[in-house]
Amino acid sequence: MLDTLAFPEVFLAIAGMAILIYGVFRSGNPTRPVSWLVVLALVVALLAVWFGPEQGQAFGGMFVLDGFAVFLKILVLLGSSLAIILSLDYVDRENMARFEFPVLLLFATLGMLVMLSANDLISLYVGFELQSLALYVVAAFRRDNIRSTEAGLKYFVLGALSSGILLYGASMIYGFAGTTNFDGIATALIGNRVEQPSIGLIVGIVFLSAGLAFKVSAVPFHMWTPDVYEGAPTPVTAFFAVAPKIAAIGLFVRVLVDPFLGLVDQWQQIIIFISIASMVLGGFAAINQANIKRLMAYSSISNIGYALVGLAPGTEAGVRGVLLYMTIYLFMTLGTFAVILCMRQKGRMVEGIDDLAGLSKTHPMMAAAMAIFMFSMAGIPPLAGFFGKLYVFLAAIEAGLYTLAVIGVVTSVVAAFYYLRIIKIMYFDEATDSFDRPLGWEASSILGGSALVILLFFLFQAPLIDGAGAAAASLFAG
Amino acid sequence: MIIQALAFYLFAGVTVAAGVMVIAARNPVHSVLFLILAFFNSAGLFILLGAEFLAMILVVVYVGAVAVLFLFVVMMLDINFVEMRHGFLQYLPVGALVAIILLTELVLLFGAWVVTPVALQTMQRPIPAVEEVTNTHALGQVLYTDYFYLFQASGLILLVAMIGAIVLTLRQREGVRRQSIPTQLARRHEDSLEIKDVPTGSGI
Repeated sequence: MLDTLAFPEVFLAIAGMAILIYGVFRSGNPTRPVSWLVVLALVVALLAVWFGPEQGQAFGGMFVLDGFAVFLKILVLLGSSLAIILSLDYVDRENMARFEFPVLLLFATLGMLVMLSANDLISLYVGFELQSLALYVVAAFRRDNIRSTEAGLKYFVLGALSSGILLYGASMIYGFAGTTNFDGIATALIGNRVEQPSIGLIVGIVFLSAGLAFKVSAVPFHMWTPDVYEGAPTPVTAFFAVAPKIAAIGLFVRVLVDPFLGLVDQWQQIIIFISIASMVLGGFAAINQANIKRLMAYSSISNIGYALVGLAPGTEAGVRGVLLYMTIYLFMTLGTFAVILCMRQKGRMVEGIDDLAGLSKTHPMMAAAMAIFMFSMAGIPPLAGFFGKLYVFLAAIEAGLYTLAVIGVVTSVVAAFYYLRIIKIMYFDEATDSFDRPLGWEASSILGGSALVILLFFLFQAPLIDGAGAAAASLFAG
Repeated sequence: MIIQALAFYLFAGVTVAAGVMVIAARNPVHSVLFLILAFFNSAGLFILLGAEFLAMILVVVYVGAVAVLFLFVVMMLDINFVEMRHGFLQYLPVGALVAIILLTELVLLFGAWVVTPVALQTMQRPIPAVEEVTNTHALGQVLYTDYFYLFQASGLILLVAMIGAIVLTLRQREGVRRQSIPTQLARRHEDSLEIKDVPTGSGI
């Protein structure tokens, strides 16, 4: 049974339904045990992905498994389970303790796994909807809070619009290739290579990319991100910033590289444009933010811009850069959100950047960890963030995309300003109020663990780089 | 042949006329009724095409469920449809402009439409004759065998939608009097009935 290609997906689906039934029939408030059960299910799925088969297709070619999918699935499952563990305390404190919350996150994760294994335009869309629908609901999970419901509604309306755009593009591609299967589309393109690619196909790819760019929140489809990040409950924001981003960017890479590698000249312009726009907007718009969740939203926009730099060349080295970047992004973002979730004064959550003032005196360890994340996001060696940027920029330069690489470096200097501002506030401003204690062992251990990973990345980066390289190679081999 | 043609024009004509009436009727309930008429006649068109399963599904699902749902919504929600149409003329020029631009774009796009020769080969694969495989069988084959994975995943999406709807709207109200069958059964007539002997001429 463990040899089944889709075992993790099937297991998660069944586990999700079983846990749901358990939550309904258990007396008392079952949120905490249900959360741990969900984490357990995710960990089992993670082990199954890790030690399971590495290659193959299933369900009539609609489901594909390769090194690329395995690598990203491990990241997604890790990110999801850590984000759920982070949410435990918050959910109890802020009257959000309903057991459907972790179950919905489990189904969202299942959707991401489906996305990462998509080998067909239909399974791509179905995975997307499974993930998005669960995320719309959790964004509005605090239904009595007007900002949370607003975030959910905004996300839902814009998400539905982007799904429409994506489907329209998919229908055009189907109209050209006569099949929705990625391998079939690639074959159809090879037969067509001599002529100029048809305009309908190009329009289809543009629409598909626009839909995907919305999901990864790349500029100019980013408008929802700051509002949703700010309005959604903080653990939900932490979840949004990690797993769905990784899954969506993985899907973006697979869609463009797997069936459309032959059209790299066509889609390269799109990726370069949205990458530059995301880096620039993410860098400049974040400067004036006073709310740390909004700041993280802009930061994630610019991070997606950097990851897309790796996709732009359409080469193996570039995809390896994207994989490494997303791995590092996972730890930086989770660690930062662990700090944000600890920002509580007199039993109330605070979200202002100024509330971090004097953190180095009141919580020196937390301030040190936060400083590590901020330095890493700013790309200062020898922290992990530097290597993430290094590999994507190297890939861009190897492919001759000098402008892209130079703009990337310049905007990362701009972005360094607001990351360093946070460090300045923590270390040199006068403390106003100290954060509540205790932090909770879950948050502290995730905080410490992520900080260690970021700090010591350069010592053990070789196996990770090899893994990412093999994963990227598997995508190009197929 | 002539009967088939006549039937086609009858069904098609009624469908189009009913479709026009759906948007033209003043009373929204009448609109829904015309919609049902359009559904029935489209089902007739499907039967003429030899797609009997789709025809039945159209009647069962659309007439039986969707149209009734519409009827419920129209009757239960107090929407002033006259007011909704207010300002229609005001927005018409802009709307028409957008529509014309989109139409031109679509014509330009589809005028130069190309389908790869590879795709044409896939298309020319023989479709099994109706005598060999029935409609229902063929659809079932596609839905439950070829696309089994997507069928299950869509089921999960519906499950998530259901959980979401419950999570976002279910509220435990205070002071709701619920039926408790054990309490009802445990009641004896001594608990609720009291026999009073009322003397004649005086009250209780």
